[in-house]
Amino acid sequence: MAAVEVEKLTKRFNGFTAVDSLTFRVEEGEIFGLLGPNGAGKSTLIRMLTTLLPPTEGTALVNGYDVFRQQNEVRNCIGVIPQAMTSDLDLSAEENLNIFAKLYGVPRNRRAQVIRELLQAVELEKWANHPVKHLSGGMRRRLEIARGLVHEPKIFFLDEPTTGLDPTSRIAVWEMLVRIKKQRELTILLTTHYMDEADRLCDRIAIVDHGKLVAIDSPMKLKASIPAASFLEVSFSAIPTGWLETLKSLPEVASVTVHDHIFRIASHNGPRTTIELVEAARRAGIEVSSLSVQSTTLDDVFMHYTGRQLRDELQEKTYETSLMPPR
Amino acid sequence: MNRIMAIIQRDLLKFFRSPALMMASLIFPLVQLVVLGYAFGGKIKNLKVGVVNQDGGLETVRLREMFGAIAANARTFTTVGYVDPRKALEDLREGRINAVLEIPPDFSRNVLEQHEPQIALIEDNTDNFVTSALEGVFTGLVAAYNQPRVEPRVPGGVSLRVVELYPYVPYIQYLLAGSVVLSIFVSAMIGGGIIFIDDKARGLHEGYLVTPITKFELIMGFTLSGASKAILAGLVLSTLGALLAGIPNPLALARVARLIVVIVVSSMALISMMFLMMVRISDPLVPRAIFGVLNTLLFFPSGAVYPINAFPPWMKAITVIDPFTYAVHAFKSLFLKNTGFIAISGDLIFLTVFTVIMMTFATLLFRRTL
Repeated sequence: MAAVEVEKLTKRFNGFTAVDSLTFRVEEGEIFGLLGPNGAGKSTLIRMLTTLLPPTEGTALVNGYDVFRQQNEVRNCIGVIPQAMTSDLDLSAEENLNIFAKLYGVPRNRRAQVIRELLQAVELEKWANHPVKHLSGGMRRRLEIARGLVHEPKIFFLDEPTTGLDPTSRIAVWEMLVRIKKQRELTILLTTHYMDEADRLCDRIAIVDHGKLVAIDSPMKLKASIPAASFLEVSFSAIPTGWLETLKSLPEVASVTVHDHIFRIASHNGPRTTIELVEAARRAGIEVSSLSVQSTTLDDVFMHYTGRQLRDELQEKTYETSLMPPR
Repeated sequence: MNRIMAIIQRDLLKFFRSPALMMASLIFPLVQLVVLGYAFGGKIKNLKVGVVNQDGGLETVRLREMFGAIAANARTFTTVGYVDPRKALEDLREGRINAVLEIPPDFSRNVLEQHEPQIALIEDNTDNFVTSALEGVFTGLVAAYNQPRVEPRVPGGVSLRVVELYPYVPYIQYLLAGSVVLSIFVSAMIGGGIIFIDDKARGLHEGYLVTPITKFELIMGFTLSGASKAILAGLVLSTLGALLAGIPNPLALARVARLIVVIVVSSMALISMMFLMMVRISDPLVPRAIFGVLNTLLFFPSGAVYPINAFPPWMKAITVIDPFTYAVHAFKSLFLKNTGFIAISGDLIFLTVFTVIMMTFATLLFRRTL
């Protein structure tokens, strides 16, 4: 039995389709990522799978239970870390875990032990009695992870688990997730707009854009699915007329895009294209200002399947401003 | 039950760790009790009455003696002499004096001839309280002036003997009931309204909704935790307020037991009303915006500061459905008259039925999903 089975799942809000007929499976024990820009429908999908939103159409089974008809059974077997921090700032780490242990029905005679073990697992045992408002962002996120595991769920949903964290904290959260997953034999389904997070953590990734499933496979296979093997990012001292066409005509070049005067060239043979590029610049009487060669990233995969770059989507998207001040 | 207790535990822990919140819930109504109680409760004194005596005869001497007696004892007013009536009226208009008493030139002769003697009291009627006080004093003064010089041995006319059933009730005691209900309401509004919506807007509720907690457990948890804070506010105000206001035997066990029942029932009524109002609200600005309006709409028509009998029909309609009215009446009965449950049974029944109705609709409207 798959941990999660989604069949033509759809969610509409007043005529707007946030999730459009998604179908996929998440196998037991895997870390499955939903990668896409903000507004792609990832959080809406997670909320349907965690019984926070009823679907408009389609079905979803979580651990064999229907998310619409068997909500309580679903809630009992999942742990959820929403995007917003939902721990009480005025309560201590231990108090937060205790409250949720009661909400999940953890027996009284086991609560203290479960909480102690979880605090050790997320390396917060020294901070057990400190109010959450005294913890850093990374520590709060680790506490949230502990909170989601207090009832020993089989399936763990995380909505943008490292958004807003500094690089060191992000790495700490990733390492902890991998460790906890192995210890507890969890299935993890996470949403993210960070390519490196999806690439590093996930066994399989589903790329979601405008509510639709664009591609689904392991990170390695997704990268291998696009024609180009390398990407060159290059800028020049001047840009002669017709330069874009000139670059496109170079040998082994699959495609060329330009953004903010930086040319991004997809190539089947990075070294050969590099040599040809430098030679073409010399002939045109211009200099290469900067040059970097990268192997294929998930951004390139996103670009290939959607025609847009994931990082551009993140920069262009406007965020809803919350009425509440940031916590 | 564990889940309901978890919600209550979380809410109360946060409350007790927020001194500002506790102060707002407990101190504000106490301050209002003291300030309003003494602002409205005093007797009006030291008014200035300009006297224009155009007569100067013997009868005016008697009047002047009466004025002097009032100035020395009740001190409701002191007199300022004027020769020119126009100057007196000018000072009255400009607020330097509160009224002008004009004694016409033929006053003494008219008194002796018993030919409709009159004195005129010209008032600044922009202040009803001052004019009422002056009219009361001068009506009494004129009645005393009209008494025969020699009292008959057996009085022939009808006299009114006033008997007060209870000891004198200063205004601060009259206001105490309303202040207690207000403290419960402020707690309900902050704890049950503002904090509930703030937590919702921050996404805190999402953390609860993904757990197996049922809709009923969530609602009961929120309601009971809000009611707990409101009960605490009510108890503090009842005790401290009764001591401040000088209620006799405020800590008598029977009275305290009855007060606790009324506090609990009133708290449940107000918190359930607040919950119903906020159950579908997500905007944190809404409870803040309506706080003041709600306060005015519920508190003043309840009879807390002024008798309901004086209200126009449209305000009496609010009074009938306002839970404050019944809570204030119950508290007034217990504080001022020390009655038993029978005297307040109607209030308790209304508040209980009100709670049930509010909770029923709140449960129906509450969304278990986002």
